Amino acid sequence: MIEMQDVWKEYANGTHALNGISVHITKGEFVYVVGPSGAGKSTFIKLMYREERPTRGHIFVNGFNIERLKNRKIPYLRRSIGVVFQDFKLLPRLTAGENVAYALEVISTPHRHIRKRVKEVMELVGLGDKLDVLPNQLSGGEQQRVAVARALVNNPSVIIADEPTGNLDPENSWGIMKLFQRINDRGTTIVMATHNKDIVNTIRKRVIAIENGKIVRDESKGMYGYDN
Amino acid sequence: MIINSLSRHFKEGAKNLIRNGWMSFAAFSAVVVTLAIVGVSLLVALNVQQMSKYVANQLEVSAYLQQNLSNAEGQKIEMQVENIPGVKSVVLETKQQGLKQLETELGPQYGDLLKGLGTNPLPVTLIVKADNPRDTLQVANNLKTIPQIASVNDGAEYVRPLFRVLDIVRNIGAVLLLAMFLTAVFLISNTIRIAIFSRRREIEIMRLVGATNGFIRMPFLVESTLIGVFGGAVPAVALDFLYQYLYQISGGYFYGIHFPLISVNWFVIKVTVALLVLGFVLGFWGGFMSVRKFLRI
Repeated sequence: MIEMQDVWKEYANGTHALNGISVHITKGEFVYVVGPSGAGKSTFIKLMYREERPTRGHIFVNGFNIERLKNRKIPYLRRSIGVVFQDFKLLPRLTAGENVAYALEVISTPHRHIRKRVKEVMELVGLGDKLDVLPNQLSGGEQQRVAVARALVNNPSVIIADEPTGNLDPENSWGIMKLFQRINDRGTTIVMATHNKDIVNTIRKRVIAIENGKIVRDESKGMYGYDN
Repeated sequence: MIINSLSRHFKEGAKNLIRNGWMSFAAFSAVVVTLAIVGVSLLVALNVQQMSKYVANQLEVSAYLQQNLSNAEGQKIEMQVENIPGVKSVVLETKQQGLKQLETELGPQYGDLLKGLGTNPLPVTLIVKADNPRDTLQVANNLKTIPQIASVNDGAEYVRPLFRVLDIVRNIGAVLLLAMFLTAVFLISNTIRIAIFSRRREIEIMRLVGATNGFIRMPFLVESTLIGVFGGAVPAVALDFLYQYLYQISGGYFYGIHFPLISVNWFVIKVTVALLVLGFVLGFWGGFMSVRKFLRI
């Protein structure tokens, strides 16, 4: 499903973000990626949806060979992945429903299917009544739910989340986690970079800890392991 | 499928035009202003061109035949001259017509003087125009080789400077028009770039959810092309009315001089088409180039 073999990443400014990462994530897994700020978590995540290219090493995601993937084929990789961000990344001028629909329009889904599917997913994330509301009129928790709905709507086999609860209060954070748990129960792989100790220690899953660009710990049902 | 997404792109593009109200308006204004300037330059250029054509077409060569040749003999030479390559038209002025013209030129006071002449001293005259006014002197030289032609008035002393002035005017016009055009291109593509720059986050998000470059680009292209075409239509319509008005109050002639202006119909067609096409091209091209910048990885 997701496979990294001895992956290195050096940025143009000379930063060594990743120094030899090898990891294997199978279908249906739920993985936390933890570690101090600047350890390389975000780079690790960005390589998976080909926001960044590895300097060295091999990466396979959903059958796509990332290092060989041509620029114009990137959209097809991204359609097989749902991505959720700390800052939600919703299109500000589109309503919640249109934001979710956008991910379907991109793959030329017929209109009637779009409408039905958007309603379905928005109900799944508990926002069935907020379809026509603009993002800036929603709370942070609600915006993140819309983002999750958008990530989900194509039925991707993997959801990648970069600090999805980073901007949310505890209550909303638990709401999002409950959603992820439900999505994972249906067989979708989830990879989530996080700083949230409570969550990692409560919903016990596989934990990959990255420090200085290396994996220093990889435990199933692991703990957060840092003080903050 | 293709039709489905094509109509989507058009709807999205049109919607974005409204959603980005102020940015659209800024780009639209830039197009209107610059194309208005281009349009005015075009108005001047077209009329200057028209005038120089008019002036050039006035050029003619007078060939005076030997004085002893009769009108009938003149006609033979007229046919001969008509066959010279590069000659557009030949008009024969008989001895009698020549005298009459001289009479009117002299006016009533002195016209009587001619009555004392007895025999008509004027030669048969051929008035020749060249196919291409610039060949006038060449044609005049050819006429000089015909023995029955006594003398040729080719107006060389003013033909040469005339064409020099016309050339300068035309070149200045072309340079100005080009400068206006480049300014328009620069201004419009900059404005569109700013408009799109403010939406680079939007583009980034579109890419993240798996939109292909083409899919992202299309609504932007529709949007910027619409801005370009509307932006071209406004000055086109305005200039059409303005020109019609100017034409009417001037009676169709350049103020004070006898130069005919280019006709309203021609002006309307040329300028409207030029500005609409320019607007279309500028909008499309500006949008294309600007989006391309943000689609690079």
